[in-house]
Amino acid sequence: MTTYVFPLIIIGGLTTTGVYLLLERSLTRMLLGLLLISNAINLLILSVGGPRGNPPVRGRTSAGETTTADPLAQGLILTAIVITMGIAAFVLALTYRSYRLNTVEEVGNDPEDTRVSQQTGTESFDVDHGPGPDRTRDTDLPDELDALPGFEGSR
Amino acid sequence: MNSLMSNPDLAQVLTPLPVLVPLLAAAMTLLAGRKPRLQRVITVLALSVVVAVSAALVYLADRDGTIALQVGGWGPTEPGMGPLGITLVVDRLSALMLIVSSIVLLAVIFYAIGQGIRDGDERQPVSIFLPTYLVLSAGVCMAFLAGDLFNLFVGFEVLLSASFVLLTIGASKDRVRAGISYVMVSMVSSMVFLLGIALVYGATGTLNMAELSVRLGDVPDGTRTALFAVLLVAFGIKAAVFPLSTWLPDSYPTAPAPVTAVFAGLLTKVGIYAIIRAHSLLFPGGGMDGVLLVAGLLTMVVGILGAIAQSEIKRLLSFTLVSHIGYMVFGIALSTELGMSGAIFYVAHHILVQTTLFLVVGLIERQAGASTLQRLGGLAAASPLLAFVFVVPALNLGGIPPFSGFIGKVALLEAGAQVGSVLAWILVAGSVITSLLTLYVVTRVWTKAFWRSREDAPEGHLSASAPTALLDNTEETMDIAVAERDDVGRMPVAMLAPTGALIAVGLLLSVLAGPIFAYTERAASEVLDRGQYITAVLGEPHR
Repeated sequence: MTTYVFPLIIIGGLTTTGVYLLLERSLTRMLLGLLLISNAINLLILSVGGPRGNPPVRGRTSAGETTTADPLAQGLILTAIVITMGIAAFVLALTYRSYRLNTVEEVGNDPEDTRVSQQTGTESFDVDHGPGPDRTRDTDLPDELDALPGFEGSR
Repeated sequence: MNSLMSNPDLAQVLTPLPVLVPLLAAAMTLLAGRKPRLQRVITVLALSVVVAVSAALVYLADRDGTIALQVGGWGPTEPGMGPLGITLVVDRLSALMLIVSSIVLLAVIFYAIGQGIRDGDERQPVSIFLPTYLVLSAGVCMAFLAGDLFNLFVGFEVLLSASFVLLTIGASKDRVRAGISYVMVSMVSSMVFLLGIALVYGATGTLNMAELSVRLGDVPDGTRTALFAVLLVAFGIKAAVFPLSTWLPDSYPTAPAPVTAVFAGLLTKVGIYAIIRAHSLLFPGGGMDGVLLVAGLLTMVVGILGAIAQSEIKRLLSFTLVSHIGYMVFGIALSTELGMSGAIFYVAHHILVQTTLFLVVGLIERQAGASTLQRLGGLAAASPLLAFVFVVPALNLGGIPPFSGFIGKVALLEAGAQVGSVLAWILVAGSVITSLLTLYVVTRVWTKAFWRSREDAPEGHLSASAPTALLDNTEETMDIAVAERDDVGRMPVAMLAPTGALIAVGLLLSVLAGPIFAYTERAASEVLDRGQYITAVLGEPHR
């Protein structure tokens, strides 16, 4: 089987650009990155599906072809395209909603995550231990434990 | 009844139902969008049917072995060849996953409906919730039934698309922010999966799992390992295995309680299920076991250390969720029958216990107006019943002896000791430490939220203004003083009963541990054997 270098270079280029864009914080760029990667993968499926050939329909031929092209690869790509399109529409809607709410279209940090990571030792100590012992109480006064039978005079 | 069960066609009829029934019901609930009561009836009926069908499939798969359905009759053209169309396969593992998931899905929908009725979403436009939930159910079942890689991918996409909608329902500020990172990470994992599918197709020329299992044997070792690694990255993101797990505690806690509960229970386990299939059916021989063991160890330890630092209970539970995924990865990576059996048992246990805990947190949030330890206190005195429904699954998660968490962990430890390599012993030690730290984490929640009085909490005087509803359409929930909060009344029976039912099912897992563990052992040997699966799909013995 011959391997065509040109599609592979395009796949590589699309993936590289896609990953670069995906690492941005701006939502539109992330979406564009995602779309580029998905196109790269669709192209990859097409190129692993084998060489070109007759259309996989009974009785139809292309000029000069002897083999039939792989219909499964085309089916996979169609499914993948539909799925990606649906998700892309959803991401666009989310982006718009996020822009309406925050007036920036960037991914924000998780506020609770930020809070926990900036916590000082004493703050988490507060959650864990609460206020300390009650210091206003006179410790010379007898406690309930002092009245245990057999220990009346132990103080 | 007996004659019905012995009909050989019955299994073929039942197999597609867990996917078809929820999908059809989703369409019907969309048509009934204006009639909330009818919507609820359809949803509950559909999910009950799925529970019944799954129970029958467990029985049939255990009695007759692997069931394969060639959808549309596009089976193999000659014995030993791959089928032309889509194959759905039920073996003991997928049947067990189906029954546990369908029970959880049914219980959570009762909880969600109960919460919705009680906290008044009759007026709110939530007609989208139930259809989406049904689509999610169909996606989960499809992933468990899929007999080829691309169908597994479609199952993932169906459940992911539904989960995107459920996670961002109401589209409040927090949920949109969490939703965006969740969508992006999920899509990247799907792209990696699709990349893996393309490469596997390029290497073998098929995507049917049974046929792949035969043909991948002829692929050179290096290529095989590379293919496995690509698929593992994709499944690892879905299952939240350590270096790929950071998205989970970021996105799950903001969703409404029932949604978080079902996500925490099911979605990561679908990833684990896919790892089991890839590891044992497609790429046997354990090429990546070392990597998986180290990843499992790090998942456990890093996850639980993250949980210790949290004070918000939902986030804390999300970290324990990540941490306990490590146990399952540990069991799978041992590549022994006992290890696999322990992992399968642990998956069933963990789906139930984690879902229950998130439902309980939903109750806590509703009753106390907060879900962070900084504000909670005195719940044991305020509501002993709530304390009870928290403490049973919490101890179960921590692995206290009579409960199923203990049984699963012991099986995994035994399997680790049986393998006996240095790495396996390190993992045994790691699991024990993680188990102790889990106990520490849940005890901390217990002492803070339940035992101390609310005045002792640093922000105990504050509370959220309204009970958290399914649809969070208030732009900002305000903080008000506890005393000013309207009394939300007693816990609704419609929310408490499903939680109790899940606890009961979890306890059943301990009471019936003997038979269930025997079942998971049969499932593990079936999964590791591969022969049954391949014969069921491809027809006569292939070699």
